[in-house]
Amino acid sequence: MNVVATGPVIPNFGTGSKCETGNGWWCTDWLRGHWGDTLQPALVQHVELTLIAVGIGFAIAFLLALAGYRFRFLDPPIGVFADFLYTIPSLALFQLLVPLTGLTVTTVEVALVGYTLLILYRNMLAGLRNVPEEALEAARGMGLTRRQTFLRVELPLAVPAIVAGVRIAVVSTISIATIAAFVIPNGLGRPIFIALEQNLFKTEILAAGGLAIALALVADTLLVLAQRALTPWSRA
Amino acid sequence: MIAGTFLDAFRFIGDNPGLLLHLTGVHLELSLTALGIALAIALPLGLWLGHLHRGLFLALSASSVGRALPSLVLIAFATLTPLGIGFWNNTVALTVLAIPSILTNAYFGIVGVDRDVVEAARGMGLSERQILFRVELPLGMPLVIAGIRIAAIFVIATATIAAIAGGGGLGQIIVDQASYGLSGVIGASLCVSALTLLAALLLSIVVRVASPRPVPAA
Repeated sequence: MNVVATGPVIPNFGTGSKCETGNGWWCTDWLRGHWGDTLQPALVQHVELTLIAVGIGFAIAFLLALAGYRFRFLDPPIGVFADFLYTIPSLALFQLLVPLTGLTVTTVEVALVGYTLLILYRNMLAGLRNVPEEALEAARGMGLTRRQTFLRVELPLAVPAIVAGVRIAVVSTISIATIAAFVIPNGLGRPIFIALEQNLFKTEILAAGGLAIALALVADTLLVLAQRALTPWSRA
Repeated sequence: MIAGTFLDAFRFIGDNPGLLLHLTGVHLELSLTALGIALAIALPLGLWLGHLHRGLFLALSASSVGRALPSLVLIAFATLTPLGIGFWNNTVALTVLAIPSILTNAYFGIVGVDRDVVEAARGMGLSERQILFRVELPLGMPLVIAGIRIAAIFVIATATIAAIAGGGGLGQIIVDQASYGLSGVIGASLCVSALTLLAALLLSIVVRVASPRPVPAA
């Protein structure tokens, strides 16, 4: 586990610049001084938390979606369970996991993975189920085996829905990961909490919050581009 | 040891029913105020834009920008406004968080209504207002209500975090382990989870009741 910062993160209102002592809206000297020890590490940790959560969530949701697709009777219980997880407030879920896994990254990742499942599962299943019957007929007519049909017809046709799910999962994980700072000193939520405790240090709240929003928007844009690259046939 | 922690949490709930009920009340007051304001703003706007078949861009960007705004960031930003630290800063933050799903679902609920049905109503001489309220809204109701359900669950869940910005609610215990101990934190977490699950269940029933029943084949 990484430690957020080794140096003083909290602006020293006594000895800082005039802007810092006056709690200015945008103190460039503070930003320059603390990008390296506060903001940049928090941003990197935030990206790590998100990638691990969506990666593991994707793998689990994919297996669940396969199960729900092949065996329809499994779909309702999986959906209800994912819905149940999604409804629990993130702050409460983090705390409820602490007795089991402690104040660790594992605790945070378990909760974050849990929140990705509903969106990913629903989108994957919808993508697979919306494959047109004619496409499946054609595949069968061409003599494709069940496995080949899945890999060459059903899965590619489900890609747009799957990527749409990943987009929502990534953006909402970036959002929920800010709350992880309640239990671990990682991510962009950390500087926000510290600034809230330090008489609402405006520059730090705006900078860290702005970074979280920017990260979500950039990730969303990248996934739109990825979707276009993955489904060249959908471009009219 | 783990079982003991949760037993202690239940003991905390049993020992402090007054405190927990009071904070649940505060929690709901904050959530419902924010939800009420969001409904008053987003519902008429979404329904009317949907009726006019205009504002697709607004509806789409509301949902994507809304998702990209982390709730914690919005609550932190709201502390910097002249609203002070307490009730209204959190109400405004939660209102902003509730608007996108209400607006987007209201818009798409109305836009998705079969155009032929709307034209038939217009041909029968219904006014635009009557078309919206007697034709489009009843048909689009499931989606409109679903949006309100998503917003309500999200607001009640997120009101927990408002505790870091002077807001009331069950989050006050969760963020204050120094005063209430681990059993208090876990106990309050269980209570707030139960509250959101209960709200989700109730609203699911509302969605089901509001959905038009399939017409039996003649």
